[in-house]
Amino acid sequence: MPIKVLMPALSPTMTEGNLAKWHKQEGDAVQPGDVIAEIETDKATMEVEAVDEGKLGKILVPEGSEGVKVNAVIALLLEEGEEESALKDGGSQNGASQSGPVVSTTAPERPASDEGQPGPDRPVDAQPPQVRPASPLANRLAEVGTEEEPFRGETVTTTVREALRDAMVEEMRRDPSVLLMGEEVAEYQGAYKVSQGLLEEFGPKRVVDTPITEHGFTGLAVGAAYYGLRPIVEFMTFNFAMQAMDQIINSAAKTRYMSGGQMGCPIVFRGPNGAAARVGAQHSQEYSSWYAHVPGLIVVAPYSAADAKGLLKSAIRNPNPVIFLENEILYGQSFEVPKDPDFTVPIGRAKVVRSGADVTITAFSIQVGQAIAAAERLAEEGIDAEVIDLRTIRPMDTATIVESVKKTNRLVSVEEGWAFAGIGAELAAVMMEQAFDWLDAPVARVTGADVPLPYAANLEKLALPQPDDIVKAARAVCYRS
Amino acid sequence: MAATAKRKTKSTPKTADSGQLLKYYHDMLLIRRFEEKAGQLYGMGLIGGFCHLYIGQEAVVVGMQAAITENDTVITSYRDHGHMLACGMDPKGVMAELTGRRGGYSKGKGGSMHMFSRERNFFGGHGIVGAQVPIGTGLAFAHRYLENGNVCLTYLGDGAVNQGQVHESFNMAALWKLPVIYVIENNKYGMGTSVARSSAQQDLYRHGQAYGIPGEQVDGMDVLAVNAAGDKAVAHVRAGKGPYILEMLTYRYRGHSMSDPAKYRTKEEVSKMRQEHDPIDTLRKHLLEGQHSDEAGLKNIDREIREVISAATEFAQNSPEPDPSELYTDVLAEA
Repeated sequence: MPIKVLMPALSPTMTEGNLAKWHKQEGDAVQPGDVIAEIETDKATMEVEAVDEGKLGKILVPEGSEGVKVNAVIALLLEEGEEESALKDGGSQNGASQSGPVVSTTAPERPASDEGQPGPDRPVDAQPPQVRPASPLANRLAEVGTEEEPFRGETVTTTVREALRDAMVEEMRRDPSVLLMGEEVAEYQGAYKVSQGLLEEFGPKRVVDTPITEHGFTGLAVGAAYYGLRPIVEFMTFNFAMQAMDQIINSAAKTRYMSGGQMGCPIVFRGPNGAAARVGAQHSQEYSSWYAHVPGLIVVAPYSAADAKGLLKSAIRNPNPVIFLENEILYGQSFEVPKDPDFTVPIGRAKVVRSGADVTITAFSIQVGQAIAAAERLAEEGIDAEVIDLRTIRPMDTATIVESVKKTNRLVSVEEGWAFAGIGAELAAVMMEQAFDWLDAPVARVTGADVPLPYAANLEKLALPQPDDIVKAARAVCYRS
Repeated sequence: MAATAKRKTKSTPKTADSGQLLKYYHDMLLIRRFEEKAGQLYGMGLIGGFCHLYIGQEAVVVGMQAAITENDTVITSYRDHGHMLACGMDPKGVMAELTGRRGGYSKGKGGSMHMFSRERNFFGGHGIVGAQVPIGTGLAFAHRYLENGNVCLTYLGDGAVNQGQVHESFNMAALWKLPVIYVIENNKYGMGTSVARSSAQQDLYRHGQAYGIPGEQVDGMDVLAVNAAGDKAVAHVRAGKGPYILEMLTYRYRGHSMSDPAKYRTKEEVSKMRQEHDPIDTLRKHLLEGQHSDEAGLKNIDREIREVISAATEFAQNSPEPDPSELYTDVLAEA
């Protein structure tokens, strides 16, 4: 039986890529370690090495193909003694089937790569990485927005990654005091390729590669902001910002107050927050409640690309320190984004992304997608859920939530972080204070499990909120079983 | 890059004119009298919390301040009253902040360790040991970014030298050739722990060697030596050659803070420094011997300072407490 060569993943969150080049042709002998092909994504390129010995029997995905799914069979390898007629069996499973027994895959050296962390080789029998594609409804967010004036101009389909870059580019063109600094933001084009092209346009003075020294460069950026510059500090992930927590809280957040209003710190701290896929406990924490606890900080966590762009532009223009929490899995997801370069989204405004009458579901960042998916399933059961994307965690738009709860009389709060002293706990308290008489059920919280995030795929899934968990919570507050 | 640090216990003082010398005397004495009064007010319960006095170290900040211009920036830790006065901040506003009154520089909301003056380019006043060092490095980053030719004086104590963020700052400042002078005020004790018990490398100016930052040791009890070293460092940094470290060998006569019983050093050690190395006494002698002034002239300066301190004290006691409505102001700026 021929050996299947599968499309490898360059990173835990890659779902598809381009097959740029075949280095071996049909009929060529292949030794383990031979480079047989080259694949690329918008973030990186990588050579595919053979693991097994044999002859390249059939190329199923020609070079130049785009959007090849991870784990799709891209070629068949004949083992010694195998006849070409054997290709018929294997060939019958052509294409993008990701199921079925995996005989063997190429074992690409995982580049030390996206995260800048040396990683182990991808296990040969890895399941496709967990991805949560934006639901069709999510893609229409720009149209269904009710909170600010609906945008009526032209839109363009944009990934969250591109939207963030566009926001930075536009603001850097607009204001020469805006600069970007962080690890790998310049020459590497961003660890997650968010700052692609910025070095080329703005030069090394305004796009600054830092050493791996979070505490130091955060304090340095705070000092630059004291003097009136407007730094954007990219943390490769917010997990690394714990090294810089003192500078963020004591030096950035508190100084305006401690100076009696004399000093300011116009700065944006941005980067991916929360779980990616299978990166373990130290790289997966969700920090919104940590930062939201602190007076003097603004905390933003967008879901859609339009909000990512509009809110990042508002954050850069804001005279206060803003914590801008992104999500690695969302980077590659596409949404409609207004073309208008003056488009911004106001900080401090939640957005009703789905209207409903029976239960209010609040979520932010990637969990908005989960909440929308849950709402679609609830609709099939006859439960009409209203989904609110919080977008800004602090200052919280409690008015929009309270208004919704006065209509639905029920609240399910969804967050990826831990429950204890979390955003849901805050929302529950706010409902007690401001909507007590309207509640027909206790506020329900759907949160990450109260454990450091496990590595094993099944445990990781159990630890993170799933649409199923949201559906169950919504049913419970509606007293349906 | 070869280490360029070299040891220098005593800089050759430049010849300062009488006016300059008398200004040093005035500024050092102003700080001394201010701090003595702050100590008294603390004892009377008019100043609360932490209060770290600068008595004994006056020559450092006065000598360094004379080496820079008013456009240059200054940042320090929590032993900061002397730095604020040397930057030209109003003693009334500083003292009123110590008493927590609305006439204070931070409207009474900052306290002893948290005062700022954008007008005087004084950027605090920071309460976390070492935290001001990356921030000062960032001020220097802004100077270079804006190409304004300014330098930043970043003061830190001997205790801060062992903080990781200080070394992170040294690295970035050297890497990017930032216009920053790190002034290490080595008063021999980080709170109650001597340098010998906390730093493997006790010559603190050498802590920049790994990054190729030139540094030297200076007699921080001699305002002329401080100023000469300051001039040299400022010239180096302003010329775009990157950071410089000055280790000021100095001494604080009082405890780390007001509540310090000072059991970690002997009374003899303190009185020996006071009697033999006091920066104000030394300069006073120099002024008289060099006939830059006479007893009557110096007495006039003393009297003038007593009046300033007395007015500041009165202001700090009479300025009202902040209005309760101020509790919730200044958290965030209006967008």
